[in-house]
Amino acid sequence: MPKGSVAITTERCKGCGFCVEFCPTHGLELSSAFNAKGYHPPHMISAEKCSGCNLCGMYCPDFAIFGYKYPANKAKGEAA
Amino acid sequence: MSTTDFVVHNPVEDLLRQDRVPTIWCPGCGIGTTVNSFAHALLGQDIDLSKTAIVSGIGCSGRVSGYMNLDSFHTTHGRAIPFATGLKLANPELTVIVYSGDGDLTSIGGNHLIHAARRNIDLMVVCVNNMIYAMTGGQAAATTPGSSMSTTTPYGAFEPELNMPQLVDAAGACFVARWTSFHVMQLERTMAKALKKKGLRFIEILSPCPTYFQRKNNLGDALTAMVDYKKRSKIKHGCHTWETALEPGGDIIVGEFVDREREDYLTRMRRQLGSHYSEFPEQTEEEISEGACSEC
Repeated sequence: MPKGSVAITTERCKGCGFCVEFCPTHGLELSSAFNAKGYHPPHMISAEKCSGCNLCGMYCPDFAIFGYKYPANKAKGEAA
Repeated sequence: MSTTDFVVHNPVEDLLRQDRVPTIWCPGCGIGTTVNSFAHALLGQDIDLSKTAIVSGIGCSGRVSGYMNLDSFHTTHGRAIPFATGLKLANPELTVIVYSGDGDLTSIGGNHLIHAARRNIDLMVVCVNNMIYAMTGGQAAATTPGSSMSTTTPYGAFEPELNMPQLVDAAGACFVARWTSFHVMQLERTMAKALKKKGLRFIEILSPCPTYFQRKNNLGDALTAMVDYKKRSKIKHGCHTWETALEPGGDIIVGEFVDREREDYLTRMRRQLGSHYSEFPEQTEEEISEGACSEC
């Protein structure tokens, strides 16, 4: 069960690769698909590893990606 | 798990003018990364954003004032600090941030930076150092390292570069720090600390310029520069600023170098003027209504 996920606005991406390089769980990769401007936006290759730490969001110079944590996880964990 | 059961929202977007993004910055430019840290630092504070103003000069990093959804002003080349000084003195309630580049702050506006630090005016100065005049076409700036190629130095620069933290420290700033655009979390913490301090706070941020600096000097792309920052950076808090000079290929000394208390310009002025100084009295409702008559 992943702790979080990322939201990607592909049309803003300029394909610099900062998020791919600095993701602590190495869960991102530049896709082979193009966006409207001809850059390769990132996509998740191992969604189950994502911790939602938002380091990709901190590095992204174009505000195209950000990580978020699932809020329900903690409550579920406590109930279990 | 579906994402429909809670709202997915990037907090940084609240501080951006949505009609202005995507930005004009080149792919891999580090300025956007510094804006992320700055936005997170602002959001994490109890700061009234309606009383926060951002001033910037000309250059790539000068565009920040246009992208941030704060009161902002884009001044002429090198004159961001004089404008911000006037803004702070006229309205001391404001938190004024100068966000500009190395060419703007230290080359064209160099004197203003020195004298703002000497007066210790209550400003936060963020200098994004990409080591070149990037927007105007890659000319050598005061911060271009010796023997680097640029448009105006085709045989390599003969001049040694300026060490900004040392300059600002010597002139009397109360907070001096340097990070690179790789150190996002540290930069956020430093900015949050600097926002709370009084006096001139100076933060230098090294940032890659893939289009001019990296390309002209065969230093690879922006990602190579970021990995290079990661390898070469040495964190030394409280380091003497004369030891922080940047050498091509050498260590990049980063950290919070100076953190001292010194009376700022407004406090000193008020103390010295004593009873001669008076704030403008607040206007009563009658005066306000008299001032705005229906005939004019």
